[in-house]
Amino acid sequence: MAVSQNMTARHAIEIDVNGKQYEGLVEPRLSLADFLRDHLGLTGTHLGCEQGICGSCTILFNGETVRSCLLLAVQANGGVILTVEGLASKAKDGNLLHPLQQGFLETLGFQCGFCTPGFLMTLYEFLNENPSPSEDEIRERLSGNLCRCTGYQNIVAAVLWAAERLRKSSDR
Amino acid sequence: MASTSTGFIGRSVKPDKSSRFITGNGMYVSDIRLPNMLHAALLRSMHAHARIRAVDVKEALRLDGVVGVWTGREIEGRISPFPESFEIHPARWLEGVKPVLQGPRPTALAQEKVHYVGEPVAIVVAEDRPKAEDAIDAIVVEYEGLPVVVDPEESLQPRATLVHEGSNNNVVFSFRIEKGNVDGALGAAPYTLRERFRHHRYCAAPLEGRGVVAWVEPKTNILTVWSSTQMPHLVRRQIAAQLSLPEETVRVIAPDIGGGFGPKVFVYPEEILVPFLALQLGCPVKWIEDRTEHFISTAHGRDQLHDVECAFDEEGHILAFRDRFLLDNGAYNPMGLTDAYNTAAHLQGPYKVPALSISGTCVSTNKVPNAPYRGAGRPEAVFVMERCIDSIAARLRLDPAEVRRRNFVQPDEMPYHAGILYRDGEPIRYDSGNYPETLTRALEAAGYDELRRRQQELRQRGRYLGVGIGCYVEGTGVGSFEGARVRIDASGQLIIATGATGHGQGHETVFAQIAADLWGVTPDKVSLVEGDTASIPFGCGTFGSRSTVNVGSAIYGASARLKEKVVRLAAHILEANPDDLKLGDGKVFIRGLPQRALSFSELARAAVPGWASKLPEGLEPGLEATFYFVPPTVTWANAAHVAVIEVEIDTGIIKLLDYVVSHDAGKLINPLLVDGQIHGGVAQGIGAALYEEIAYDQNGQLLSGSFVNYLLPGAMEVPNIKTVHLESPSPLNPLGVKGLGEGGAIAPPAAIANALADALLPFTVRVNEIPLSPNRVTELVAGAH
Repeated sequence: MAVSQNMTARHAIEIDVNGKQYEGLVEPRLSLADFLRDHLGLTGTHLGCEQGICGSCTILFNGETVRSCLLLAVQANGGVILTVEGLASKAKDGNLLHPLQQGFLETLGFQCGFCTPGFLMTLYEFLNENPSPSEDEIRERLSGNLCRCTGYQNIVAAVLWAAERLRKSSDR
Repeated sequence: MASTSTGFIGRSVKPDKSSRFITGNGMYVSDIRLPNMLHAALLRSMHAHARIRAVDVKEALRLDGVVGVWTGREIEGRISPFPESFEIHPARWLEGVKPVLQGPRPTALAQEKVHYVGEPVAIVVAEDRPKAEDAIDAIVVEYEGLPVVVDPEESLQPRATLVHEGSNNNVVFSFRIEKGNVDGALGAAPYTLRERFRHHRYCAAPLEGRGVVAWVEPKTNILTVWSSTQMPHLVRRQIAAQLSLPEETVRVIAPDIGGGFGPKVFVYPEEILVPFLALQLGCPVKWIEDRTEHFISTAHGRDQLHDVECAFDEEGHILAFRDRFLLDNGAYNPMGLTDAYNTAAHLQGPYKVPALSISGTCVSTNKVPNAPYRGAGRPEAVFVMERCIDSIAARLRLDPAEVRRRNFVQPDEMPYHAGILYRDGEPIRYDSGNYPETLTRALEAAGYDELRRRQQELRQRGRYLGVGIGCYVEGTGVGSFEGARVRIDASGQLIIATGATGHGQGHETVFAQIAADLWGVTPDKVSLVEGDTASIPFGCGTFGSRSTVNVGSAIYGASARLKEKVVRLAAHILEANPDDLKLGDGKVFIRGLPQRALSFSELARAAVPGWASKLPEGLEPGLEATFYFVPPTVTWANAAHVAVIEVEIDTGIIKLLDYVVSHDAGKLINPLLVDGQIHGGVAQGIGAALYEEIAYDQNGQLLSGSFVNYLLPGAMEVPNIKTVHLESPSPLNPLGVKGLGEGGAIAPPAAIANALADALLPFTVRVNEIPLSPNRVTELVAGAH
């Protein structure tokens, strides 16, 4: 089976990732996840299924969560992206970790760590929208991300921990 | 017992050592990038059973960026077939059980025939992965279809299609174990039950699939292989054997592993092929499994069919138990009798069974090979026994908890001899535990009496609440050994190397806690190096709830040896009597004279060869000791699970309202991590009981090959799990610990099935098969009599 020429012709793209401007020359079939991982070396975004189901590759694209395995790099041209590597930069008060990351450490919200970046990015968006979520609301939002290690209980606890920490810091 | 002067053992130390996972800095196999690295992709069989007539690779080789294509023909004579899987069993067990064995040995790429959808047929190497996949699409294979066998009972028929030519039949192995007079007891008993149970096929589905990177390091000529494996030393041994290399020239590293749960416990074709190609091509080669490949190439688990007869008396005491079971092995058997014999060894559970007969038969079918998955034969056994206990209770109109109490091995009967061998060849001896108390605590935490009252109340209103119990014992910490090398470096840091390799269990934290207490330091003064064959000569790996028992005990043994040396050196420098010295706070000091002290850093810098040496005569340079712990046999953990469900009889939907785990794994090192292991295990068990199923059609085509139709439980499906900890120390190791990694996954199918049977008691249904999908539940209700 011959591969059509326009599959391999390269396109120039420019993307802002974690506050840094990147340029790339990519095949149209290259996924955004592969661009982040293979071209930019940002391997914190993980691929668990490449079918848009498991949520491990979740990132923020122009402020909204997307599955980076389902988006093409060329579609992201001109966009602004936040990946797990950039999450700590969103911490305030001189903290080295974002409260969500700290929450995952406090409650053991991770085990093998493979799904964790996708959860963190999903939850970063969620807590921006809903700073005081109930446990049911958290579980509902988590339902688009699969974790095979934790049984979710400690992830829920991590979100509650982080939400409280974030509310306290914004009260001040 | 270990000294707990600083007391980190037993504390919920936070996993700060694993913080790379929350910043995106984990390093999994797929994250490894090397200069000039090439990428591999596999062509896998689309047929469940076919003869390969011809493979045409011409078109593939013409494609841009393709480096080469290898088929079965190209590797024949250059890569040896896989070894006999029965080699993993100890001789004394083989002599004791005398199984009948007949093992086909797979090759790294199919030769002449394919035996399941997914079997590797060819491997392509190209400049990047998409180009390798383009080339895969361009290979033309001419197959001659052969009759397919997917049903294990059909596979046993005398005229069944043979999965492997040249074998006498499709039986891979069979065994029988007996104690007491089962026939006599069954004939004379006032009550008997006869049931057929099916524990279906499902899979571990770690979020990270498998993956391999191989590279020959030019200066040393060492073949370095990174693999997503639970067993780096085994992978090294097999690469060396199958590629005819000296073992010293192969180094295998298990980097961060995105979940294992069992199927990464043996060696796969890709772990041999990718190193072979790196050697052939002289540059690094990478292969990463995608999810579609995972479902058709990584081992599945469970898949057992049990025919049971049980004799019992008027009070519900078990008198005899007979189980004839079949294990659907798929096309190859990578792990010998591990799962099947685990099932047999755990069938009696925490109960006294005076007469027992178990015969296990493992048959080939045209499916993905079957291998251990968290629990490895135990969830199957527990499903069978626990459903029987509830059936006894239903027949005699007794409370299921009461029937369990009447049959439990009692605490004053410990150590209890179960009358059969374990798979390490030793007689099964439950070493410690209080099974009645474990259950009592579980029932208290669930509010059992109140639940029974509410159940009655709801039934009046046409609502069906069910409470199900699942009790089990679990042989943990199996051998044959694990080692630890403990070293103190010039900065005073304790560095522990071991052949075990964690994949989310929290080894970095747990082993640091153990070492911290043994050495009187804080856990941050301990570093762990694991999953690298270059760091310790021998290793087994992480599986079977074994690492805390085996590595913890090895750290204990190595530390004892090293302490002796440290004290001798300090005594020499301080001109003191070794008996007057004490360790603490990262120092060695003279008892009563804490100012006369040497730090670990000072001692390490004194223990060097040459001009700076302060070593006494006869003491070798270096502060380092290695110890290999060989457990006398397994140590037995126990637990009681309680599942509370409500089932809608119109829709068949089961809602899990509550889940309790009362658990005894001996001395606990870190309750936070223990709870994490239990939560995750239970979530997997819930998936098994309600959602997950590997389904094949009659042509051997997989019907559940993605997360769209293979349903992992999500955050909405898994309830909060209440845990209760009991601690009956094991007498079999210096730390008093038992294993617990698998436990959570062992009982949920039993407890949830019992809860459903309990909820549907007014309908008299037989809940003998999982998963309990809405369809199955509505069928049960419709077929009730």
